[in-house]
Amino acid sequence: MDWDWDFVWQIMPTLIQGVKITILATILGSILAAIVGLGIALGRRSENPLVSRSISWFAEFIRGTPLLVQLYFIFYVLPDIGILLPPLVAGVIGLGLHYGTYTAEVYRAGIDNVPRGQWEAAKACNLTGRHTWTHIILPQAIPPMIPALANYFIAMFKETPLLSAITVLELMNQAKSVANTYYRYIEPMTLVGAFFLVISLCSVVLLRWLEHRYGRIER
Amino acid sequence: MSRLPRTTANDRKSYTQMTQWSGYLGLILQGALVTIELTLMGSVLALIMAFLAGMGRVSRFFVVRAIATAYIEFFRGTSIFVQLFWAYFVLPFAGLSLTPLQAGVLALGLNVGAYAAEVVRGAILSVGREQYEACTALNLGRWQGMRHVILPQALLVMLPTFGNNAIELLKATSVVSLISLADLTFQAQVVRSQTGSTLMPFLSVLIIYFALALIISWGVRTLERRMARGLDGVRI
Repeated sequence: MDWDWDFVWQIMPTLIQGVKITILATILGSILAAIVGLGIALGRRSENPLVSRSISWFAEFIRGTPLLVQLYFIFYVLPDIGILLPPLVAGVIGLGLHYGTYTAEVYRAGIDNVPRGQWEAAKACNLTGRHTWTHIILPQAIPPMIPALANYFIAMFKETPLLSAITVLELMNQAKSVANTYYRYIEPMTLVGAFFLVISLCSVVLLRWLEHRYGRIER
Repeated sequence: MSRLPRTTANDRKSYTQMTQWSGYLGLILQGALVTIELTLMGSVLALIMAFLAGMGRVSRFFVVRAIATAYIEFFRGTSIFVQLFWAYFVLPFAGLSLTPLQAGVLALGLNVGAYAAEVVRGAILSVGREQYEACTALNLGRWQGMRHVILPQALLVMLPTFGNNAIELLKATSVVSLISLADLTFQAQVVRSQTGSTLMPFLSVLIIYFALALIISWGVRTLERRMARGLDGVRI
């Protein structure tokens, strides 16, 4: 096992290209997951049992099956029914849907944590359902959930290497192609690991700060 | 008159197609066996690592605590995918060649073990202080107290989260298909490339994964009920 620094500097630009795509996929996936999660959480509270039941089964199913197979499903099955997606878009949809089912639980807990008195006060002020949500419940429910949401976004970041399986040229895929070209696996693979470790250690610091900033519930 | 031979030809065609489908289904079921095997072996390794590292985190000795923390942070900080590739492609250069199955079990067990170690630590810390004081009052040694008083109570706290961890492990096994281990996901790709059909292989594989996850959560719930038996009125 010999480590070659020259080779490291030679492949660094390619890997940086990959890191950019990895981060882009994480950000887009996080945004989608935040929206999908809210949709699932609200859908499960629907008064229509058909809607709430089918949404919770759908979420349960997505949470119980591997992201990799879901990515394959989106990437290979959807084109057969005429929906042709670029790999990155398919990957972002997969990440967003999968983690949306996790963030839905965070939203649910956050919404349940808003005291009943707030609902009653909204009703007493004669607010409509939509206004109750947008002006009373969500503004109080969302800040305490931010650390938990960030936790899932970090988890999502660590799952982005799966996108390499559907030909997205992110960090892992760049490292693999470099490794296969030069037939040197030690440096690219170790660097990928190091990149992930550094970024997740930094994000742990960010998470601590978020917990400090938003974690406490002030009432 | 001309219709007769055509129908028989169609019959024959649909018959061969049917045997082909059953053959492909057999492939997928073989993959399911590999996935189950991986999940079981990975879970055993994860359980061992979880207790070693989790109890290491609450050790009296700084060195043990530091090693356990480093292990947990490292394996939680990098993704399972990177660890698997590292185990499979880089370790051979260090003179340690692993078969795909060995690399898969090693990466899955160490990765999920790191997550479960935090569960073990949390559960041990969740046991009330009075229990530790009672151990001291009864003159139990540290290990004796852990073995007979703390762990039996902590185990019940850990169990539901262990169930979630086992499902995460089951889902993570799909990654080993990328280092050419013939698990469910791999077989789905084989069927896709041989038939050109996409919906059948992927949908059936998704359903099998979901069924396995349901079995795990059902098993953990049953185990939990059995272990909680006779504990009514106790703290938990």
